[in-house]
Amino acid sequence: MTTASEAPAVGLTHQGSEDTGLGHRGPASKSIVVPYGFWLFILSDMVLFSALFASYATLVHATDGGPATNQLFDRELVAVETLALLSSSFVCGLAMIAAKRKNMQLTQVWLLLTGLTGLVFLGIELFEFGKMIGEGAGPQRSAFLSSFFTLVGCHGAHVTAGLLWLGTMMAQIWAKGFRQDIIRRLLCFSVFWHALDIIWVAIFTIVYLIGTLP
Amino acid sequence: MNSTECFERFERLERGLIHAAVLVCLPLVASGCARGILDPVGPVAAAEKTILINSTAIMLAIIVPTMIATVAVAWWFRRGNRKADYRPDWEYSGAIELVVWAIPALTVMLLGGITWIGSHDLEPSKPLVSKIAPLKVDVVSLDWKWLFIYPDQGVATVNQLVVPAGTPVSFRLTSATVWNVFWVPQMGTMIYAMPRMTTRLNLQADRQGSFDGLSAHFSGDGFPGMQFKVQSMPADQFAMWAQGARGSGLKLDGAGYAELEKPSSYVKPMTYGSVAPNLFDAIVANKVPPNPVPLPLHNPPAPPAGA
Amino acid sequence: MFGRLTWDAIPFNQPIPLITSLVVILALGGVALWITKIKAWPYLWHEYITSTDHKRLGIMYIALALLMLVRGFADAIMMRAQQSLAIGASQGYLPPEHYNQIFSAHGTIMIFFVAMPFVIGFMNFVVPLQLGVRDVAFPTMNNVSFWLTASGALLVNLSLFLGEFARTGWLAFPPLSEKAFSPGVGVDYYLVALQISGVGTVLTAVNFVTTILKTRAPGMSYLRMPVFCWTSLASCLIMLAAFPVLTVALAELMLDRYLGFHFFTNDGGGNSMLYMNLIWVWGHPEVYILVLPAFGIYSEVAATFSGKPLFGYRSMVFATMVICIVSYCVWLHHFFTMGAGGDINAVFGIASMVIGIPTGVKIYNWLFTMYGGRVRFNVPMYYLIGFMLTFVGGGLTGVLLAIPPVDFIVHNSLFLVAHFHHVIIGGVVFALMAGYTYWFPKAFGFTLDERLGKIVFWCWFIGFHLAFMPLYVLGFWGATRRMQHISDPSWAPWLNVAFVGAAIIGLGIVLTVVQLLYSIKTRDQRRDITGDPWDGRTLEWLTLSPPPHYNFAVLPDVHGEEAYWTRKQTAIKQDQLIDEPDYQPIEMPLSTPVGVICAFFATVCGFAIIWYIWWLAILGLIGAFAVFVWYAWRDEHEHIIPVEEVRANARERRRIRMEHLHELSQST
Repeated sequence: MTTASEAPAVGLTHQGSEDTGLGHRGPASKSIVVPYGFWLFILSDMVLFSALFASYATLVHATDGGPATNQLFDRELVAVETLALLSSSFVCGLAMIAAKRKNMQLTQVWLLLTGLTGLVFLGIELFEFGKMIGEGAGPQRSAFLSSFFTLVGCHGAHVTAGLLWLGTMMAQIWAKGFRQDIIRRLLCFSVFWHALDIIWVAIFTIVYLIGTLP
Repeated sequence: MNSTECFERFERLERGLIHAAVLVCLPLVASGCARGILDPVGPVAAAEKTILINSTAIMLAIIVPTMIATVAVAWWFRRGNRKADYRPDWEYSGAIELVVWAIPALTVMLLGGITWIGSHDLEPSKPLVSKIAPLKVDVVSLDWKWLFIYPDQGVATVNQLVVPAGTPVSFRLTSATVWNVFWVPQMGTMIYAMPRMTTRLNLQADRQGSFDGLSAHFSGDGFPGMQFKVQSMPADQFAMWAQGARGSGLKLDGAGYAELEKPSSYVKPMTYGSVAPNLFDAIVANKVPPNPVPLPLHNPPAPPAGA
Repeated sequence: MFGRLTWDAIPFNQPIPLITSLVVILALGGVALWITKIKAWPYLWHEYITSTDHKRLGIMYIALALLMLVRGFADAIMMRAQQSLAIGASQGYLPPEHYNQIFSAHGTIMIFFVAMPFVIGFMNFVVPLQLGVRDVAFPTMNNVSFWLTASGALLVNLSLFLGEFARTGWLAFPPLSEKAFSPGVGVDYYLVALQISGVGTVLTAVNFVTTILKTRAPGMSYLRMPVFCWTSLASCLIMLAAFPVLTVALAELMLDRYLGFHFFTNDGGGNSMLYMNLIWVWGHPEVYILVLPAFGIYSEVAATFSGKPLFGYRSMVFATMVICIVSYCVWLHHFFTMGAGGDINAVFGIASMVIGIPTGVKIYNWLFTMYGGRVRFNVPMYYLIGFMLTFVGGGLTGVLLAIPPVDFIVHNSLFLVAHFHHVIIGGVVFALMAGYTYWFPKAFGFTLDERLGKIVFWCWFIGFHLAFMPLYVLGFWGATRRMQHISDPSWAPWLNVAFVGAAIIGLGIVLTVVQLLYSIKTRDQRRDITGDPWDGRTLEWLTLSPPPHYNFAVLPDVHGEEAYWTRKQTAIKQDQLIDEPDYQPIEMPLSTPVGVICAFFATVCGFAIIWYIWWLAILGLIGAFAVFVWYAWRDEHEHIIPVEEVRANARERRRIRMEHLHELSQST
C-alpha cells in the first residue's frame, strides 16, 4: 500500500512506485515530481538572471559620463551582505533537518532566523541603493546604473518574495503541522532560497569583485 | 464522391494549376518583370542577385522532385490501389536514412560555402574595388525624411541622393530619432541607421538614371512618406551640380537643422547650399538640440502626384 | 484617482474601433444572457472554468485560439483592404496611427493568442492520453496557466475599447517603443499583457516537461513515447529556456518607460541593439515552439492515415532534439543588416541553414511513411499533403533569407512577410487544422463533417497561395513591410490578388464555424461509438470518446512502440480483449477557482499599471497573493472516484469494444 508521500502524481492505482528509471514502473510519486518541477522552474529563473547578466555585461561601461563601478561599490558592505545571505541559507538547512524530525519549536526558530538574516541582507541592500541614489547615482542616471539596479534589484525582489513565502510557510506549519504536502512546499522553498545564494555568488563576483578591481 | 475520386480530382487540379502558373509566369518574365532587386544597376546588387538566383535554382532542384514525389507516393499508395504493395511493418531503412540526411546536408554545405564567401565579399563596410576615389555621403534618417550630407562638396540634400555614375559611394549612416533602414533596391545592400551609432555601407551605381529609395524599417506614423530618389549622372554633371548647389539657397546650420528636425512626411526634395561643419558627428554624439517628440500625423499631407 | 484614464480613452471619434467595441460588447452580452437563460453557468463553472482536467483545459485553450483567430484575421483583411485602396493619391480608409495599431495587433494576437494557445491546447488534451496517464503533473497549475493566458488576451483586446494599442509592430523595437516616441498607453498594453501571459507559458512548460519525463504509463520508456510527445517535450524545453529572456527584454523596456531607466533609450548610454538581441534570442526559438508540435501532429496523422508506423522513429526523435538545440544558435539572422561583420553574419547564416537539415529529413520520413501504406484521404491527410507541398517552398525562401548577401536585399520586405506566413500557415496552421479535425471526435464524441472540412482545406490552400505569392514578387520589386500607403500604382494588381486570397481564407474561417455548428446539429449521424474512429495507433484511441475524467480505468501496460496498435491487433487476431484487470478507486484532483480568480486580480493589476492607477495595482497584487495563500490553506486536494463507477465505465467500454472489434481496422 503506497503512503501519501509515495502516492503518485495523479491517480495511479496500478503497480505504482517511486522510481521510474526509464519509465518502466509507471508515473513517479509526488515526492519526486514536485521537486523536479520546481527545479525546472529554478532553471528558467537562472535563464532570466542570465539575460540580466548579459544586459549588465553589455551596459557596464555605458556610464554616460557618470559614476562607474570602481567609484560606487563598497566591498566591506558587500561582504557583510554576503555573510548574512549565506548564513541565512545555512540556518534554512537546519530548519529542513528539524522539519524532517518534525520538531515544531526548532523548525520555527531556524525559519525565523532564516527570515531575519534575509531581512538583514535586504536592509543592507536597500541602504546601499539609497546611498547611491542620494549621491546622484540612481538608475535613471545611466544605462550602466539601470542595468546594475535591475540585476541586483531583481535578486532583491526574489529575496523579498522568498521572505513572503517563508512567512506563509511558517504560518502553515504552525497551523497544520508537518503534513506531507507542506513538507514538500518547504523543500521547494529551501531550494529557492539556496538558488538565490548561487545567483548572489555570481552577482558579487561579476558586479562587485570584478567591478572594484584596481 | 469518395476519397479516391476526390483525390484524383485534386491531382488533376494540381497539375492544371502548375501548368497555369508556368504559363502565367513566362510572359511576365519575358515582359521584363525584372524590376527592383532583379534589375541591379551596380556591382553590389548584381552580385547579390546572382547569389539569389543560383541559390534558388539549387534548392528548386531539390524541392520540386520532392513535391512531385509527395503527390506521386500519396496517390500510388492510396487505399483503393490494389496494385501497390502494402508493407505495414516497413518503418526503417538505413540506406534511406543515409540518403535523406545526406541530401539536405550536402545542399547546406554548398550553400554554406556560398554564404561564407558571399558574406565576406559583400560585407557592407568593405570598400568597393575601384580606380576612382569614392564619394563620401553621410546619411541621417529623421522623422520622416532622409538627409544626405556630402562632406567633401559642402552641400546637403533631403529625400534626394545625387551620385556620379560609376563612382563608388561610401556611406556613413545614423539616425536622429529611431531606427530606419536605408534601402535602394536596385543598388543592393540595405543597412540600419540607428541613433548614437554609425553604420557603414558601400554601393555603386553604374547605370545612369533615377532609382527608388525608401526606409525598410518601420519608424512611426510618417513612415510611408520616407521615400527618396537616387539620381545617378555622369561624373562631370555631378561636379557641376555640386558646384551649382554650393553657397546658394538654404543653409543647414543650427536653425536650419532645427527646422528640418520637426516631424514631417512626404517631404519634397530640397537642397542645402551650406552645411554646418561636423554636423553628422554632432548628431551621432547627441550634441544637437534634442529632437522634439514626433506628434502623430492625423492628416498626413497627400503624397505628391506620381509619387 | 484614475491615473491617466479619462473619458478620452473611449474612441468616440474613431468609428471603426467604436463600432467594433459596441458590436463585441453586444455579442458578449448576448452570449452571457443566453447562458443565463439556459441556466448553464453552474455547469460552465464546475465543468470548465474551475476544471483541472487537462482535456477541458485543452478545449478552452483551443476555443480561445479560435476566437482570437477571428480578431487576428479581421486585422489582416483590414490591412489587405487598405493596401489595395491606398495607392497613389489615395490615403485609403485607415490613417497611419490606425493602420500601425492594426498590423501590431495582428502579429501580437496571431503569435501569442492564436498559435500559442492552439498548440498548447493540443499538448494539454493529447499528451497525458498518449502517455497513458490520468493528467499532467500539476493540474491546478495548469488551470492557472490557462487563465493567465486568457488574461493577456483580454488586456490586448481591451485596448480596442479603451485607449489604443502599440503602434510599433509586434516586437515593439526601441527607440520607437520608448516613452519619447510612443508616449501613449499602447505599448504599455502590449508589455503588460505579454508579461502576464508569459508567466502562464513558463508554468505550462514546467508542467509538461515534468509530465513527459516523470509520469508515463508503466513500460513506456522514452523511445516508446509517441512522436507528438517528443515534439511537445522539445517545444516545452524551448519555452522554459526562451520565455525568461522575453520577460527580461520586456521588463527592461517597462523600466525605461515607467521609471526612466536607460536600457534602450537614445540618451544616458542606452543601447537599442541590446533589445534586438534579447528579443530575437527569444523570438527565434519561439517559432520552433510553434512548429515542433505541428511536426508532431503531422507524424501522428501520417502514420494513422497511411496504416503504417511512422518511418524512422528514432531519426525523427533525433531530428526534433537537434532542432530544439540549434534553434538557440541562429537568432542573429533576424538582423544581418545591422552591420555585425562578415564573420558573424556568415556563422549565423550557416547555422540557420543547418536547421534546415533535420527539417528536410522529417519531410522525407513522412514521405516514406506513406510509401508502402494504404493512404486514406480524410481531411487530416489533406492537410498533411498540403503542408508537404507548401512548407518546402517556405523553407526554400527561409534558406534564401539565411544567406546574408541575399538578406541584404530582401530584409524586412514583403518577401520576408511572404516567407514567414508561408512557413507559419503551411507549417503551423495546417497542422492545427489537421489536429483539430483528428482529435475533435476524441474530445466530443462525434466527428466533424468531412465534406465541409475538405472545402475549408481548399479555402486555406488556395487562399494562402493567392494571398502570399504576389507578396514575394512585390518584395523583389522593392516593397517593404508595414506600409500604410503605396506610391507605385503598378503594384495594385498584385495587391488585389492578395486581397482576394485573404478573402478566400476568410471564407475558410467562416466555413470552419459553419462546419462546427452543422456538425453539432447532425452529430448523431457521425457518432464516435468505439472511441477509435480513425484506426489510430496511440493510446488516446484506447478510451471511449470523450474519455472519462480519469482517462483510463487502469493505466495501460506498455510493451514496445505503438502500444495501442499492438494491443488492438492482438485483440482482433485473438478475437478477445485482454484479461479484465483489478479495478481500484481512483484519486483525482479537485477543481478550483484559484486560476480564474488569480487571473482576475492579474488583469486588474495589469490594467492599473497600464493606466497608472497605482493604488489599484497594489490592490490587485495583494488580491493575487491573498488568493494563493487561501488556496494553499486547503486541506482537501483530491476526491475519490469510487471503484463501482470505475468498474461500470470500464465494463461498458469493454462491451462496446468487443462488439465493434473488427470495425476498428480501416487499412485492409
